[in-house]
This record gives sequence, structure tokens and C-alpha cells, in this order.
Amino acid sequence: MWTWEPLRQWLAGLITSYWADPALTAVQILMVMIGLILVMAFYTLAERKVIGWMQSRRGPNRVNLFWVPGLGQPFADVVKLLFKEILIPADANKVLFRVAPFLTLVPALAIWAVIPFAPQRVFANVDAGLLYILAMTSLGVYGVILAGWAANSKYAFLGAMRSAAQIVAYEIAMGFAMVGVLMAAGSLNIGKIIAAQHGGFLSWNWFWLFPLLVVYYISGVAETNRAPFDVAEGESEIVAGFHVDYSGMAFALFFIAEYVNMILISALTVIFFFGGWLSPLDGYLPASSWLAAPSFFWFGLKTLVPMFGFLWLRATFPRYRYDQIMRLGWKALIPVTLVWLFVEGVLLYFHLGPWKGHP
Amino acid sequence: MFATILFFAFSTVLLLAALGVILARNPVHSVLLLVLCFFNSAVIWLLLDAEFLGIVLVLVYVGAVMVLFLFVVMMLDINIEELRKGLAGYWPVAVAVAGFVAFAIVNIVIVRHLGGAALRMAPPLPAGYSNTHDLGVALFTRYAYPAELAAVILLVASVAAIVLTLRHRPGAKPQNVSQQVRVRAADRVRLVKMPSEKRQ
Repeated sequence: MWTWEPLRQWLAGLITSYWADPALTAVQILMVMIGLILVMAFYTLAERKVIGWMQSRRGPNRVNLFWVPGLGQPFADVVKLLFKEILIPADANKVLFRVAPFLTLVPALAIWAVIPFAPQRVFANVDAGLLYILAMTSLGVYGVILAGWAANSKYAFLGAMRSAAQIVAYEIAMGFAMVGVLMAAGSLNIGKIIAAQHGGFLSWNWFWLFPLLVVYYISGVAETNRAPFDVAEGESEIVAGFHVDYSGMAFALFFIAEYVNMILISALTVIFFFGGWLSPLDGYLPASSWLAAPSFFWFGLKTLVPMFGFLWLRATFPRYRYDQIMRLGWKALIPVTLVWLFVEGVLLYFHLGPWKGHP
Repeated sequence: MFATILFFAFSTVLLLAALGVILARNPVHSVLLLVLCFFNSAVIWLLLDAEFLGIVLVLVYVGAVMVLFLFVVMMLDINIEELRKGLAGYWPVAVAVAGFVAFAIVNIVIVRHLGGAALRMAPPLPAGYSNTHDLGVALFTRYAYPAELAAVILLVASVAAIVLTLRHRPGAKPQNVSQQVRVRAADRVRLVKMPSEKRQ
């Protein structure tokens, strides 16, 4: 039931080999990391292609892979970044300047420890998974702030300040949206949150928690500093924001962290509101069909939809002004979540809607 | 045994980081070392089976409070040398205050409440015990009024801080969003019908 043992074991495992089979787990973690980085690499290509098509351009089409024009572009980019020199400004705080990219990337990757890819396929089946996710996402901001400060540049510093205020503001709306999800499931465990949504696509959380879904996704876009909330980078005002002084692979780490976070927000949106690895056709097809069974296939397929949404938003909307971002976060999203939490509480208390049979 | 080693390892880092907080010359380094302190305290709480507190410490203090701290410290322009000049004269007061606080903590936690239990590892908890659940029950039943009182005090403090720093700048032009939303195309654009001209 409510054991915290997996988290303790996982934490202890970081220091010594506390696992039953550390080698196997290490190989599995490595596989997930490599898979994630590959998805991220092709996500960058997809972004350039999709935005290209939306703007009646072709997108990258020079680097061929398997005779597909443009498919090798991510690898060309990686090679280019690897061979670039990492410049460190003379007046920068050298230690923090080097550490900052890692502080951004490590939390982004560490969260995947509690994400279940398929039933029982999770590294740490933690009972406080939701809290762990909130704690880890809030750590990413350190990398951004320190990068901006350590570079000792006004543009970078402005970008870092904007990003810090924005992330702290939107974290609250995001946290409240998650509270709604945990109220619906009655558990902080990610696996149980998914299992509580079982039954076809109409019994997933998105239907009854629709306002929270909207708030969660918008805050997710803001947390990852993506357009239209990318004032932290704001090319037209502050060049590239907090990572203006980074070059080569040091810059690439920020880039990877941003895209891994986008994939993560998409995966979490699917887990919280679209039933994770549950099949949308459950109950509509015979139970023996593999399409009706919960599997990684559905999780991956569903995750692609919000991922596409990120690109769509970027191609569609102009950048928000800074005060408008703050206004939206504090005065629009947070009240919406509060109202809907109240509505949900009433529904839960009187066993209405999807909670009809609950004790 | 393993837990004991972990406890001493994290306590050592915790104490060193705490020393670093007051000894570091750069205030930003101090803040970062304080973050390290919070992390180590969180791990020690995890070792004591107080997992909820451990994660919430990271979530609230490291994730939100220290970010704002860092935010403020980075914007301050502190002249450390200037501050250090007067420091030497204050050390007897500092030692007295620190000694009193240490005495109070030891007295209350160890002597009055726990006896020798504070010096041993926590006893193993029964299977199925939920930290989150028990804390929630305690907060919403026995400590409901103290918790709400604390919340109201925090609310008053934040309102006070806003009132003290809020300045209405004359001539500022904030948007009125409801007005913007209510605007119709007809209010802004007048479409004029005009016959096309004949080719010359």
C-alpha cells in the first residue's frame, strides 16, 4: 500500500549499489536515456520541418539519411556543436558557468525515474511520485538562473530574472492542476493515477478536469520557456536570454534539457489527463485485441499529440509581453484552478459524475 | 548500519555546507550552499522515514523560497569588505545568541520531549504506514486552528509587503483586458465601399 521504500532504495542506490541487480538497472536506465535523447534529436528536426510546412517552407532538406532528405540533420547539428569551442567569458564566474548546464539537464532527466512507460514498467514505483515530479521540475530553474548570473552579462541576467519569475508563477498553477488530478485518483502514485482512469477514452481525466487540463498544458508551455512564453530567450530584445554566452556543447545541454522537458510535459499531460498507457478503445473492442490492452504503444502515440501542440503553438502565436505573462499566470490560471478544485471537491463529496460508486 | 553510515555522511556534508553559508565571501555562493544544506536535511528526513517532509522541504524551500532568495541576492550590490569592517565587534553577542538557541533546541527536543530517544535511530515503522496520510490527518483535525492561523499570518505578511512596496506610477498605461476583449472590429475599422476606377 503506502510504502515509501522504493524511493528510499532509489536514493540509497545513488550512493551504493543497493539494487538487487544494479548492472541490469544501469543498462535499462542507459537505454531509456539514449531513447530519450534520440527522440529529442528527431523532435528538433520535426520542429523545424513542421514549422517550415506551416510557413510554406521546406525545412531542413540537405542532410540525407536512408535517402530521406533532412533526416540526418540532427546528427549534423550534434557534430557541429561537438566541434565548436566552449567559450567562457573572462569575467564569468567560472565554476557556476560550467555547472549551470548540468543543473538544468540533470533534473530534466531525473524525473523519468518515476514515469511509467507501460504497466509495471517504471524505475521507481514511488508512492509520492507526484510530489517528486513537482520537486524535480522546480529544480530546473536553478540552472537557468545561475547560467544567467554566472555569465556576468546584462542580457543573460535579464533573461534569467524573467525566467525565474515566470517559472515560480506558473509552478503554482501547475501544482494546483496536479492537486485536481490527485483528488480524482486519491493517490500520489503515478501508476495509480493512471489506473484510476481505466475504461475507454471518455473515462479519462480530461473530460471532468478539462479546465485543469488547459491550465496544466499552458503552464507546462510556460515552464519550459517555449513560445509564446519564451521571454527568457526573447531574441528581439535580449538576444538569447540566459544562454547568450554559451557555445558548443554547453549550449547544447540547455537545448537538450529544454526539449527533454517538452517531451516530459507532454508525457505528464498524457499521464494525468489522457490515461497514460491505457487504450482509448478499451471497452469498444474485444478485450483480447492488443489494441484494447494497455501498452507502451498507446503511451507513445498519445504523447506525440501534446508534443505536436508545442510546435503548433510556436508557429501560431506571437510572443507574450512580460506583464501579460504574469497577468495570465496569477490572475487567470490560478483562479480557474481554484474554482475547478472547488467544483471537483463538491462532485467528490456527493459522489457525483465519475465518482458515483466511490466509497 | 548502512543507514548510520548514510546519516553521518549526509550530516557531515550538511554541517560543512552550513559553515560554508556563513563563511563564503560571495552571497550567491552562500545561497547555493544553503540549498545544499536543505538537500542534506531532506535526505536525513528520508532516513528517518519522514519522507513527506523530506520531499516537501525540497519542493517548497529549494524549489520556491531559495529561488526568490537567489533572485534578491543577485540583484543586491553588496560590498562585502564594508560589511566585514564592523563584524569583529559583534562576535560576543553572536556567540551568546547562538549558544542560547543551541541550548533551547537541545533542552526542548532532547531533554523535555524525547529523552534519550533523540540520540537513537527511529524505530522501524509498521508496514502500510503512511507519512502523508498521518500528517494530513493531524493537520486537519488536531492542528487545524494553528495551521489556519499560520496561513492567515502569512497572508497578512504578504499583503503588508505588497502595500509597503506598491507604488502607483502616474501616467502608467496598463491594459484593461476586459475592454480589449469586448472590442469589436466595427469599433476600430471602418470599411468604406468605393467603386473601382476606370482605366485611364
